[in-house]
Amino acid sequence: MTDQAVSSPLLRLPAVPGVAVALAGLSLLFALASPGFLTAGNLSNVLVQSVILLLLALPMTLIIMTEGLDLSMGAVLTLASLVLALIVVATQSLALGLIGALAVGLAFGLVNGWLIAGLSIPPFVATLGTLGAAQGLALVVSDGQSVVGIPRFVRLVYSGETFGIPTPILIGAGFYALFHVLLYHTRFGTYVCALGGNRDALTLAGVAWKRLLVAVYMLGGAMAGVAALLMTARINAGHPTAAIGLEFDAIAAVALGGTSFDKGNGWLFGTLLGVLTVGVLRNGLNLMAVPSSVQVACIGALVIAALLVDSLRSTRS
Amino acid sequence: MSIASDAATRPIGLHLSRETQQLAYRLLAVALLCLALSIATEAFFTANNILNVLRQASLLFFLASGLTLVILTGGLDLSVGANIGLSACFAATVIKATGSPALGTLTGLATGLAIGICNGLMVAKLRIPSFIATYGMLWVLHGITYYYMAGETIHGFPPGFRQIGSGYFLGVPIPVYLMLAFLLAGTIFAQRTIWGQQIYAIGANPVAARLTGIPVDRRLILVYAFSGAMAGVASIVFLARLNSAEGDIGEAMTLPAIAAALIGGASLFGGVGSVFGTFIGALILTLVLNGMNLLAVNANWQPLVTGLIVILAVWFDMVGRRRT
Repeated sequence: MTDQAVSSPLLRLPAVPGVAVALAGLSLLFALASPGFLTAGNLSNVLVQSVILLLLALPMTLIIMTEGLDLSMGAVLTLASLVLALIVVATQSLALGLIGALAVGLAFGLVNGWLIAGLSIPPFVATLGTLGAAQGLALVVSDGQSVVGIPRFVRLVYSGETFGIPTPILIGAGFYALFHVLLYHTRFGTYVCALGGNRDALTLAGVAWKRLLVAVYMLGGAMAGVAALLMTARINAGHPTAAIGLEFDAIAAVALGGTSFDKGNGWLFGTLLGVLTVGVLRNGLNLMAVPSSVQVACIGALVIAALLVDSLRSTRS
Repeated sequence: MSIASDAATRPIGLHLSRETQQLAYRLLAVALLCLALSIATEAFFTANNILNVLRQASLLFFLASGLTLVILTGGLDLSVGANIGLSACFAATVIKATGSPALGTLTGLATGLAIGICNGLMVAKLRIPSFIATYGMLWVLHGITYYYMAGETIHGFPPGFRQIGSGYFLGVPIPVYLMLAFLLAGTIFAQRTIWGQQIYAIGANPVAARLTGIPVDRRLILVYAFSGAMAGVASIVFLARLNSAEGDIGEAMTLPAIAAALIGGASLFGGVGSVFGTFIGALILTLVLNGMNLLAVNANWQPLVTGLIVILAVWFDMVGRRRT
């Protein structure tokens, strides 16, 4: 950042990340607007409800850092959730169900990665295609019906407590720590940064970057499988449209968190703040009895605003 | 297009440009599909079903033809399906409130156009990647539409208005005439006007286009505005056909529209494709889906097949590019 650039107020914002301002501002707004917001019970609710989103937003950050995108995540989560529900209802085994869900996620991740790395199909089109495929399969395996009769031990994954803390929060914290280590303290993480920033350097360094890219998308699929467990436990059923469109919230959280759609600039903590911002926004609007449709429009507007600030910054600096 | 099919690059002996050859393959695909379907089912080769296919293809074509211009510039418009939803609901409200189909139609077209202009401004002026900008727009539009409709349905329009979607003239559905009119106008615009050629040039090489003095930003806004307006056209025909408007109308049409443009030979890398190709693409996709219907394949398979077709079409484009 050069000296003459500081003259614009927009450019002084990076000192305090925009997403932190948005999170603090929204929290303040909702605390003033609805008395129910700033209670321990509700704040814990916000955290629990944000975990599923976090599980998708973490790998989405890595994917977007590689200059990619995964539009199929919500549909894959839905399909995985249905498969998990069907298996658990049939066998009463959580382990088998989770294996099924992970297998669905990994398979779709593999296909996404192969289409993108192997066939060089632009990510948003490849994953739009697999979105259609996953959505179609979800309708086919469920025949458009809900899968009900989920056993209690599955529901406890979402509603239970471990060491006095709601289990989903522990799961979310665990995966956040895992992704932090993966991105910032392993060679894999360094390569992920390079995948978006400088692919040629990876080729020159003799790194098989196509395999890495496939691995990044498979990670995304696997996390959709994990999120499917929480989703099934939360809604106490498998439903063919359960998580349709959830990828938008994830992309929104990542974009809000300051991860850029080009050049591989990503920030995992920003994504966490982005997830909380989306969570607070949805929770606060819920408390104010604003319909879900308006919430979606608000998130969309927030993302476009974030991208606007991002593009203004990058064109001026 | 005409730049690429320069006489010098044509193979000796066979005087067909690559585009013409590919178009011929696609026409062949249409013929083969028709042949296969008439052998497989008796219901296919009836006047009723053929007209039905054409009418279904027309809706897809309205949406996909506007999208084709966007894809020609190397962009993508993911908001077209959601655009139909909002445009149709606004149009329906105005028709109900004023009793005037003309005002309603104008409202639908204006809504579509306004959304398209917003997309164009985000892409051209704010330099937000088109698929992100229009993806954000998709959700904003869904939100507004669902809020506005609040789960309600608006139905029952004047018979004169419904003719646009379900009427016949000389035994052929009105939407088919509209499709042919837009096909002609779109082809002339893209192939025979300066603006059309500039759109191809922007997609083929944006930097060169800017340097040769083409007003790139204005042309970009134009193509997104056009795409939005065509979604408006689709919304009116859809509304007139269904005789009712709901919040989720058009939601499932974005992927088929993209599929139609890509099957028709439009390249996501810009600069390659044509409105006529997209017309063929819309026919192929409709034939496939119609065939699945006639063969009593569960409708739940349709998004899966459409998704696979999108991926295949892009893959063929990639392979074709690597060869040249």
